[in-house]
Amino acid sequence: MTVSKIWVFAEASDGSVSSTTLEMLAKASELADTVECVTAAGADVAGELGAHGASKVFTVAGTEGKLLGPVVSGAIAAAVEAGNVPDAILLATSYDGRDVAGRLSVKLDAPVITNVADLAERDGALVGTEPVFGGTTNVLTKFTGTGVGIFLVRPKSFAAAEEPSGSAAATEELTAGDLGNTASATVTNRFVEEQTGPSLADAAVVVAGGRGLGESEKFQMIEDLAKALGGAPGASRAIVDAGWVPYSYQVGQTGKVVKPTVYIAAGISGATQHLVGMKGSKNIIAVNKDAEAPIFSIADLGIVGDVNKVLPALLEALQSR
Amino acid sequence: MGLDCFEPSRRERFCYLRVACGRIRSMNVVVCVKQIPDPADPGELDPNTKTLKRDVKLILDESDSYGVEMALQLVDNAGGGEVTLVSMAPNSEVGGLRTALAMGAAKAVLVSDDALSGSDALGTAKVLAKAIGRAGEADLIITATESSDGYTGTVPEQIAELLGLPSITFAKEIALDAGTVKVKRQTEAGYDDVESPTPAVVSVTAGVVEPRYPSFKGIMAAKSKPVDEVTIADLGVDAGSVGWAGAGQEIVEIAPAEEREAGTVVEDEGDGFQKIVDYLAELKVI
Ligand SMILES: Cc1cc2nc3c(=O)[nH]c(=O)nc-3n(C[C@H](O)[C@H](O)[C@H](O)COP(=O)(O)OP(=O)(O)OC[C@H]3O[C@@H](n4cnc5c(N)ncnc54)[C@H](O)[C@@H]3O)c2cc1C
Ligand SMILES: Nc1ncnc2c1ncn2[C@@H]1O[C@H](COP(=O)(O)O)[C@@H](O)[C@H]1O
Repeated sequence: MTVSKIWVFAEASDGSVSSTTLEMLAKASELADTVECVTAAGADVAGELGAHGASKVFTVAGTEGKLLGPVVSGAIAAAVEAGNVPDAILLATSYDGRDVAGRLSVKLDAPVITNVADLAERDGALVGTEPVFGGTTNVLTKFTGTGVGIFLVRPKSFAAAEEPSGSAAATEELTAGDLGNTASATVTNRFVEEQTGPSLADAAVVVAGGRGLGESEKFQMIEDLAKALGGAPGASRAIVDAGWVPYSYQVGQTGKVVKPTVYIAAGISGATQHLVGMKGSKNIIAVNKDAEAPIFSIADLGIVGDVNKVLPALLEALQSR
Repeated sequence: MGLDCFEPSRRERFCYLRVACGRIRSMNVVVCVKQIPDPADPGELDPNTKTLKRDVKLILDESDSYGVEMALQLVDNAGGGEVTLVSMAPNSEVGGLRTALAMGAAKAVLVSDDALSGSDALGTAKVLAKAIGRAGEADLIITATESSDGYTGTVPEQIAELLGLPSITFAKEIALDAGTVKVKRQTEAGYDDVESPTPAVVSVTAGVVEPRYPSFKGIMAAKSKPVDEVTIADLGVDAGSVGWAGAGQEIVEIAPAEEREAGTVVEDEGDGFQKIVDYLAELKVI
């Protein structure tokens, strides 16, 4: 292999590694001889990261109560300056992943290839695929320079290893150099929104509602249907922006990427930015009163009808089974 | 409320008194606004240059309208100061700037230079960072979390790093006080309260405020508001670090993606729900 070393920025919450991290590890292991991780989650995750292919985990010191961008990018830049230079660094398109990538790009004076949905080696260089125009066209990009390639990877782009078989990774602490004023933002409080049922990103069934529901009270139908199907409720950005549901419900370019077994889109037009978040679903059902709605062009089953008629009848039928 | 009933610290009392006297302190906010082709008219990739064709008129990126509104509110709440716009766009485009000026921003710095064509996010950030310097002293620099057409989402942090400033991304709410900015920052699980000394860069999430519609008076006033148009030479930016010359990435191929085939589309005649039930049963989901 011509790609010798890839680093993955590993994110975790409550001690468990994020699914996008595991997906990136699977791809990195396929592409490079050596895969190592950089994390702010502490040495505890080294077992899980090792199992998924990392031979070493660099733990970044000094992140408590800090936003990760300046500190983690500072630690990576310090390692690179000291001569530990990977061919590429993969980071998730997540809140912290983006922050780290942006800061790191300036520190290394290297660009970032963003929105990567696939990664491959061509003539010795890593090439990132970015879907554009709602996923109808793929743009393949590579770096022209010789420095570290920074890639921001979209969630659900790769399959994580099903039977991780590696052994625990060695750990080493990394410390950022002088960060000046850049790391002076501090986190004073963390709020966790309550969640019942499966998470939107991992649910086997997603029932999503859009502006076609008409009013915010009608979203209850979506919640009820999701519950009846053991799935998670989702939403288009139109109704997130309108304040009907929290942002965490949003599916799409700026929201979550989902790939459930069944995705039900109710009163959603199917704008390109929504489609990129759910096109990978195995089966798509759409309910929309407009036969011309773009969502029908990707639906396996499309019902041209009124959500106020179809959804209550569906709920009743499901509940009486 | 009387001052002594809550025993304010000296600093709080000082602020309170200043608020009470009416004219207080001024907060200057810079907002980076991108001008983009109307997303309703998606455009296409130019097969020769492999960039988006941009021969259409540009409008204010909706993502940035939230930042403009947020900035106007912060300045209003402070009781003084102004909002300055910063934009990098080809062909001296001011269409989007005029919209934001009509909303209430005071002035703008526009960087327009043929050498900028082909700039990637890092090149853009280098130019914007210099242009922000030209916009004058700022307490806060606001951007959107991602642009509608580029959506790299990296420009805000790149600007902050280039300026050596702290930053808070994905802001849902912002409170600006003398020397401190407090932000509710969206997270995977909910949100974090984050605090930073100013000046700082804050990126604003779409939909968190209701952008005002420019009034007729605002639109008329915008026509005479100052737009300081500059080139990269004016900003002291090295031409080799931006545009095609500076972009450290190259498109190697543009290919159609695999199409997802449409399935059956049926008109609901009272049995639509049953078709869904049957389909779910067939998939063994129920
Ligand atoms: C940078 C950027 C990022 C974006 N990111 C996202 C994203 O992550 N996710 C996202 O979803 N959007 C995103 N958008 C917004 C996107 O472009 C659309 O505006 C949005 O998806 C539309 O939501 P909608 O389908 O609910 O609303 P609309 O487009 O208004 O569609 C409503 C639909 O409901 C149908 N309808 C109306 N009444 C009924 C009824 N009684 N019964 C059945 N059907 C009915 C209508 O026919 C229509 O098709 C983004 C936009 C930009 C610019
Ligand atoms: N050319 C530009 N002019 C002004 N602001 C910009 C420009 N490009 C990006 N920005 C700002 O940076 C944000 C993120 O952009 P992006 O990184 O392209 O997703 C945008 O929403 C703007 O606030």
